[in-house]
Parts: sequence; C-alpha cells; structure tokens
Amino acid sequence: MSVKILRGQLTSAEQTHTLGKRLGERLQAGDVVCLYGALGAGKTTLTQGIAAGLGVATWVNSPTFIFVTEHEGRVPLYHVDAYRLPVNDRDAARDIGLEELIGGAGVCVIEWAERVALLLPPERLDVRLEHTAEGRAATVEGFGERWVRLIEELSVSSGEQHTAQGG
Amino acid sequence: MNPLTHEPLNILGIETSCDETSVAVVRDGREILSNLVASQMDLHAKFGGVVPEVASRKHVELLNPVLHEALAEAQVGFDDVDAIAVTHGPGLIGSLLVGVCAAKALGYVHRKPVLPINHLEGHIYANFLVHEDIEFPFVCLIVSGGHTDLILMREHGIYEVLGRTRDDAAGEAFDKVARVLGLGFPGGPAIQKAAEGGNPHAIRFPRADMGATLDFSFAGLKTSVMRFMQGLPTPETRHLRASDVPLSDIAASFQQAVVDVLVRNLMSAAERFRVSTVALAGGVAANRCLRATATAAAHAAGLRLLIPPIALCTDNAAMIAEAGYFHFLRGERGDLDFDTFAVLPLLSPS
Repeated sequence: MSVKILRGQLTSAEQTHTLGKRLGERLQAGDVVCLYGALGAGKTTLTQGIAAGLGVATWVNSPTFIFVTEHEGRVPLYHVDAYRLPVNDRDAARDIGLEELIGGAGVCVIEWAERVALLLPPERLDVRLEHTAEGRAATVEGFGERWVRLIEELSVSSGEQHTAQGG
Repeated sequence: MNPLTHEPLNILGIETSCDETSVAVVRDGREILSNLVASQMDLHAKFGGVVPEVASRKHVELLNPVLHEALAEAQVGFDDVDAIAVTHGPGLIGSLLVGVCAAKALGYVHRKPVLPINHLEGHIYANFLVHEDIEFPFVCLIVSGGHTDLILMREHGIYEVLGRTRDDAAGEAFDKVARVLGLGFPGGPAIQKAAEGGNPHAIRFPRADMGATLDFSFAGLKTSVMRFMQGLPTPETRHLRASDVPLSDIAASFQQAVVDVLVRNLMSAAERFRVSTVALAGGVAANRCLRATATAAAHAAGLRLLIPPIALCTDNAAMIAEAGYFHFLRGERGDLDFDTFAVLPLLSPS
C-alpha cells in the first residue's frame, strides 16, 4: 500500500485548529481519521477544526465519558474517544458501535486510536500530535491512494515540508 | 403529600446512567426512605476503564436485588408507590436502557406513571432533598465526570444554560491528569488525596479565560500539566522542574486551578444574573477543595451557598426521585413511549 507522510510544527492552538479545518474540508463519508498523542497534545482541538471543515455547527467537546458523539455536518461526523476503552477489546469496541461507524455514512475521527489499533481499517489517515519545546509537532500519515492524494493536496496548499515514501 | 388523596407521596427512583446501579424511595420530596447505590467502580478499575458492555450487564445483574432492597429498607410496597422516576439521559445508552426498561416494565405491571428524568436535573434536585427553602432564581454549577454546566434555574423545571465546557468536563480533567501523575482511578478522590498537605500555589497552572462567556475550558490546563511533567517549557512553569516539586504540590496546584475556574464562573454568573443563592451539584462537588473555595467565595460575596452531602453529589437515585416528585406535582403522568439519549441537553419544556 502506498504511504505518504507530512510533518509540520504547530505553534498555537489556532494552527492546530486550522490544520483540522483544512483536513475537514477535504473529508468524505467513510473516511477514518485516527488521532494519537499525549494528554493535551491537541486532539480535541484538531477534531474541532475537522468539524469546522465539515460544516458542523454544534459544539464538539470531548466524548470521553460516553465514547462516541455524532454531529451533523456536510457529512455526519462521528467523534470517537477510545481513552476509556480496554485496549483492543473487540467486544467493547463493538458495543460502542465502532464497527458500524468505521466506513459508515460519515467521517469517523478516533481519539486515542492506539487503544483500538488492531481494529482499525488499513486505509486511513493517522495524525500524531506531540508536545515539543516550541509547541506541538504534527505528523500526518496517509495509508492508501486516497490519503496519499489528500496529503499531496494539503502540502501544496500549505507549503509545509514533507517527505514522501513509496511503498 | 399527594394533593388529591392527602396521603404521603412516594416516588421510586431508578438511576443507571453510568456505572452506578441505584434505586431509591423518596417520600413527599423530603424524606429519603432508602437510597441504595451499587457501584461498579472496582470492576471497571480492573479493566482500566468503563467497559460499556460490562456496565450494562452488571446493571442487569444488580438492578433487581437493589430494587428489592430499596423497597424493603423503605418498608414500601408497589401499592404505596405513586410514580416511578427514571434517568433517560444523558449517559451510556446500554446502561440507561437497563433502568428505563425496568421502570417501564414496573410501571406497566403495577399501573404506575413512569417519569423520564434528565440526569443533570437530578443532580440539581439533590439540593432540594436537603433544603426546603430554596429561593428562585439560583445558579447551579453541575460538575461531574461527564459534565461541567452552569445552570440558571428560574423555577421548578425552568432552566437556562449559562455556560458549559468547551472541551473536557472537570471530572474528566481530574481523571486524565491523575493518570499522568501516576495516581489511581477515579481521578477526583485520587488527586484530592495526593494534594493533602501540598502547596496549591506552588505552580501557577493556567486558568482559562473564556472572555465574556461563562464557559469553561480545561484543555490548556491539561496541556500545561502534561508539558510540565515531560520537562517541556510552559509560560507558567518556566523556572520549575517537575523533579524538584513534590507530587503533593503538583496535585494541589492542579486541583486549585480547576477549582478557581469553577468558582470564578459560578460567582460571575451570580453577579450577572443577580441571584442571592448559588448551588453545587454532581460528583466533583464532593471535592473538599471545591467545597471550601466555593464556601469562602460565597461568604465574601454575601451569597447563600447550597452543597448537597457527598452521598447525594455522586450518582444516586434519590435525586432522580426528587426531580420526579416535582414533575409529578406539576401534573406529569408520563407514558411508556419515551426514549433514552446519550446526549440530552437540559431544556425547559416549551
């Protein structure tokens, strides 16, 4: 499968939001975007940006407590938070409806995706957010043709540095 | 009292919105005849999180024994029950369904009205269980693992949401930071314990300023704690290193930052809406630092502060029965067609 990586520095919450928004503008039903990163790395902010890009008008806050929230937008946004799910537990994931949400009628954004790593589809976008001395670093990694193209679009429109890998 | 028969009015409350199975009987909106709470906390701690499937199965297992014990302790039979009040949201759908199905079945069999209650409304009504003389309007801060809402209650059943969290709930921030600090679950009690004897002013973690709104945000605070623990620079903690600061100081400073924001907004709301009474509700209202800080601030501002006893702050069915009592007094008799909702805003009837 082809893979493409984009890296960039995010020096403010606004920049994280903007990255999400530009991503959200390009998303379509069935897309799966996985977010990784420590506490406070900006996963919810990025999701709020994605929601803005999808034209979601409702409030997007952390769904940790109830695992999944759904928002109406240009296409529906399923905001999943695996923080409280047991790691790679198929039954628990099924119980919150993850199987139907992935590849469903909306865009599925999964926070703490490492906790359901074995349950994720091979074609997806991974966004890693890290705390750095300057702020935050984002690594966007696309798996599959659609995501490679999307990353190319993103990097053309932003002029951010990126490295491409064949594979 | 039942306005028609002048007999005592007994409401059976059922609460299964998250990981507590609770059944209560409340008489005349004043007297808690029983309030049984079976917690699944230990079970979920074993899994390292709440497993929805496990939670709902556990509710199924626990509900009947808890129900029977609650009725026995109250010395009340179904003949003496006037209505059944049940939480129908917000919460975990699978868990809510267990309580709602039970309530509907009991209501159908025993021909009792079944009243769907918003869990948040229940939290506010915990205050009415202990105070008969609450003056409207008042502002209530509901703080729990899933919610941080500032509500203006104009009269029974009439609510206005003044502010809410833009990211994490306060209790959630406690849980997540507790995990980072290597403390246990649930985070609220763990951080409170770790903070004992700590200096709450050791580190000036950020207090989010949400401008003119009464909203809350804990993302920046969470980020600051995380960066501090990782040894990364933050504007607030530049000269300090995590390794040089005792854990009790870190926990106390974090706790104080959360509490300061909560109390600041509660007091601003009281001023803006010119109320003379403010109230706390929800699981985080059990936090001693919040109780003490709110008490001091209310005293300074000349406001009456209501705080339910700790057993009525955390999830329980007595507060649901209490809210149900006032619905019943307003003439609501419910039906069996209502649904359950994971997300259910607190709205006034239109």
